[in-house]
Amino acid sequence: MNVSGAAVRACGLVKTHGQGQSRVRAVDEVDLEVPQGQMLAVMGPSGCGKSTLLHLLGGLERPTGGEVWVAGRRIDTMSERALARLRRRSVGFIFQAFHLVEELSAAENVELPALLAGRSRRQARRRASLLLERVGLAERARHLPSQLSGGQRQRVAVARALVNDPLMVLADEPTGNLDTAATLDVLRIFEELRSAGQTFVIVTHDERVAATADRLVSMRDGMFVDDTWLAGSHARGLGGLIGLEG
Amino acid sequence: MQDAVLAMLAKEPSHGYDLRARLRQSLGPLGESMNPGQIYVTLARLEKAGLVICERAGGLPERPERKVYALTPAGQQRVTAWLAEVGWPKPDLAEFHLKLAAAASARLADPVELIAAQRRELLRRLREAQHAALAEPAGAGAGLLLEGVVLRLQADLRWLDACERVWSKVDDEVEGG
Repeated sequence: MNVSGAAVRACGLVKTHGQGQSRVRAVDEVDLEVPQGQMLAVMGPSGCGKSTLLHLLGGLERPTGGEVWVAGRRIDTMSERALARLRRRSVGFIFQAFHLVEELSAAENVELPALLAGRSRRQARRRASLLLERVGLAERARHLPSQLSGGQRQRVAVARALVNDPLMVLADEPTGNLDTAATLDVLRIFEELRSAGQTFVIVTHDERVAATADRLVSMRDGMFVDDTWLAGSHARGLGGLIGLEG
Repeated sequence: MQDAVLAMLAKEPSHGYDLRARLRQSLGPLGESMNPGQIYVTLARLEKAGLVICERAGGLPERPERKVYALTPAGQQRVTAWLAEVGWPKPDLAEFHLKLAAAASARLADPVELIAAQRRELLRRLREAQHAALAEPAGAGAGLLLEGVVLRLQADLRWLDACERVWSKVDDEVEGG
């Protein structure tokens, strides 16, 4: 099967929750291919299955049916151990609730996945300090998560997601807990990463977050109902956004 | 536009190109598509209306005639009135609202499809505005204006979500009997 160029690919993906009468198809026969370098946003109301989809793509949950391929390798049939390894090396996760280790400093949180992936202490430290600088938190490296604002914590989580140079970053409502200013900080970082060719799948209900993506998929009841290319389709220019005539 | 140009002249009498430069600075990338002649057309109209007067300033040899525009007393009054005005652009949602109703009743098109198409268009505009906003430095310049454009588009998109929720139910009811 030819899967070159795709960071992640899913076909006939199904995930059901519950049993018998209360059985729900959270993800219902979804086909998806995200080429490397693409930033894809998935939008939809709560309970439409978008988070479940993200978990399936990143190997956090196994599908009830269908296939998932990451970096050309089929992951839904992988052993638990091989899957954990692949997740560590190829996938960076960003969650709404940050999920930082409260006992570790910002820098240590970022270093942790690098150490788990087998990098040396020195390598991990160097990489962490580089990434914290990139997200504008070089001076906060020694702070504990409890000493940081929500926006700063999420930026630490972004640095952590990038520490192993992942093939793709999966983000689940990355700005869900942030105010407008902190959201803009995170979006600015995403935009920089996008221009640098980082592959993203972002699940969100915030139109602003979705609008940073190249492509937007809308989900309802476990299915895709719309797939829109957002990037570079306008010739009108920014002046058309405001009325300046007369 | 006329009012904005008048108000800029309240600071000091200026050349057309000074006004243009100030507009460009406030509007940033949003002003790029502005016709270079637009400011002169506007100034000519204001002059005709007696709100500004045009004086010819002693020019440099290479630019012998440079027009300097200044407010007349009537122009001053109009600026004062404009500043006190609380008019605000009204969002024109009725047209789309009526489009959905008409399409559904005449069975011309599926309202849910129309909403989806409109949504795609607004999301593209939002992306464009957002990219420009993220590229502007923080402050009172063009970034702040772009923020306003972004927030309005976001509000419109939320309204489209509400439209979609209601019209998909109407569809279901029709199909269900």
